Amino acid sequence: MELLLSPGNKELAIDALIAILKIAVIFNALLGLFSLMTYIERRVLAFMQFRRGPNRVGPWGILQPAADGIKLFFKEEVMPEGAHKFLFFAAPVVAIITAYVSLAVVPYGGPLVIPFYGQVTIFGRPIDLQIADLDVGILFIFAITSLGVYGIVLAGYASNNKYSLLGGLRSSAQMFSYELALGMSWVSVIMAAGSFRLGDIVATADRMNVWVWFAMQFPAFIIYMIAACAEVNRTPFDLAESETELVAGFHTEYSSMKFALLQMAEYINMITVCALASNMFLGGWLSPLPGILPNSPLWFFAKMLFLLFVFIWIRATVPRFRYDQLMDFGWKRLIPAAALWVVFFSGMTAFFGEKKSPPTTTAAVSTMAPVGQVSR
Amino acid sequence: MILDVVIFYGAALVALVSGLFVIAQRSPINSAFSLIITMCSLAVMFAMLGSGFIAALQVIVYAGAIMVLFLFVIMLLNTKQDEGDRGGGIGRAGIALGIILAVQSVMVVWKGAAGLPAKHAVTVSADVGRGLFASPRYLYAFEATSILIISAMVGAIVVARKEKEKGK
Amino acid sequence: MPNLDTLYTSTLGGFQAAHDGFVQVALAVSAFLFVIGAVGVFIRRNVITVMMCIELMLNAVNLAFIAFSRAHGTIDGQILVFFVFTVAAAEAAVGLAIVIALQRNREDLDVDSFNLLKG
Repeated sequence: MELLLSPGNKELAIDALIAILKIAVIFNALLGLFSLMTYIERRVLAFMQFRRGPNRVGPWGILQPAADGIKLFFKEEVMPEGAHKFLFFAAPVVAIITAYVSLAVVPYGGPLVIPFYGQVTIFGRPIDLQIADLDVGILFIFAITSLGVYGIVLAGYASNNKYSLLGGLRSSAQMFSYELALGMSWVSVIMAAGSFRLGDIVATADRMNVWVWFAMQFPAFIIYMIAACAEVNRTPFDLAESETELVAGFHTEYSSMKFALLQMAEYINMITVCALASNMFLGGWLSPLPGILPNSPLWFFAKMLFLLFVFIWIRATVPRFRYDQLMDFGWKRLIPAAALWVVFFSGMTAFFGEKKSPPTTTAAVSTMAPVGQVSR
Repeated sequence: MILDVVIFYGAALVALVSGLFVIAQRSPINSAFSLIITMCSLAVMFAMLGSGFIAALQVIVYAGAIMVLFLFVIMLLNTKQDEGDRGGGIGRAGIALGIILAVQSVMVVWKGAAGLPAKHAVTVSADVGRGLFASPRYLYAFEATSILIISAMVGAIVVARKEKEKGK
Repeated sequence: MPNLDTLYTSTLGGFQAAHDGFVQVALAVSAFLFVIGAVGVFIRRNVITVMMCIELMLNAVNLAFIAFSRAHGTIDGQILVFFVFTVAAAEAAVGLAIVIALQRNREDLDVDSFNLLKG
């Protein structure tokens, strides 16, 4: 019993409370951003294709996601006859859980500071705008992305439909093929920052100018964007799920809420890769004019929204890859390019020498002991 | 701390149960999914034992790559679903001996590990990196594993390749 | 670099006490999973399931390595786990390639049916 009342547990309770608050904020923000993204994507695509897009439902069609949600909610849930019942339910769950969990280590700001109020503290602790500051932050995201393949594999297999199975296998093969290039594009960032923590990476970009950092990591940024596009099954790499191919691929047999969950998982994966790119390559919450404008989470959101716009832009512009062209590009061109970049950057680091002291993070490590931090 | 204890013992329980499911399921796909759950719960246990780096690597390498390979092979080879155990007396004796051996080994290990402390070894990934590269003990083994992986890749591709038709 | 030892005893009091039972439980789980894997190798008939039981045994060994690394306070256990990952990946790849070749030639994945060399 005294285990429950020890001072460690009081600290634990406060940490848990703060973590739950942060999780609630991010969860709801993501739900809102997801529905906004569906609307923005349709509008932006439409304007790029010289038409209007949804503009009936609310002022400028802004209630369209709500209408879509209501429609999906009222649709009938159909389960195919020979489908594996448990896996049919589990696949969207796995997909959405892996999509959300990887956002737990993405920071969107330093300690929370409200402009005219000062630093916000709860029970004497400053609030870092990051749910869990893991020592192996980027590896954690890579691990969860690897697990995201299973959502698709399960969805394809559980539908008892040959086309779904093939579509699911194709999609997941594409995903883990481009994961290699994705991981290799991060290596230069991690090497330059000296740490796996995302807060450290932004701190390193702070120490050298944000623009210098971006110019230094620019090839890695390009490789990352291409690999991330393929990772999220986004055009031009969305052969396995486009409506004209293989009868919509692995989510053929899904309807109503499960389909909504699969779509949500895809969009939230997209948001995650954009958030990561803005943290790792674009400097996160650092302002582009370092002395003149202050750092703030708004910069992070602006950069993330810009990258999302770039994804939509690419979708409107580029035709789709055929599947064998896609795999050829992934294995024979992107991975050698990423490997060459790793070799080149390692050579440069060895030649010019690393920074001697490891960077301190802008998210204050010494006063946060988040619940999610596992290696302590 | 109570949360650490709950998470660790919960993960241990899940690992035990899903480990049993791996050998007890009929179809290979169910065995594969149980093995994935075992690997993820083992990753949680690694993290609670102080090595978050190895936990992340376990999920990336084992659950994220090796098991995907297994699943692909199972799904594409269309193995017959109804795989029974090896029937007859051998099968049942095997299971009985297996249960006895499992219980005995757990008892022996439990008794033998009774005194082991958990030294406060908070390891970060930099420690693993230093051990691999900065000390001469493991550097050569690391380079040798790269040769191992290359030869395994080449071997796998050669073995699994279809024979080309003559005169094509 | 902040001194990590003082960090976590000050903010998370009672942290160390909970961990002293972990090594024992981890080793017991490792022993159990290893034996389960070995039993699976003997019992199961499908080649792929046998290979999965071998992977289970390797995972159990990994857990034992990590538990001992924690118990002795050294990093060697984790480095050996790194090597076990590598070897297991290479072995799984080559083994599955052999399984594919077997399936293509014989259409049968039952370990009892590979008995051509039997005297």
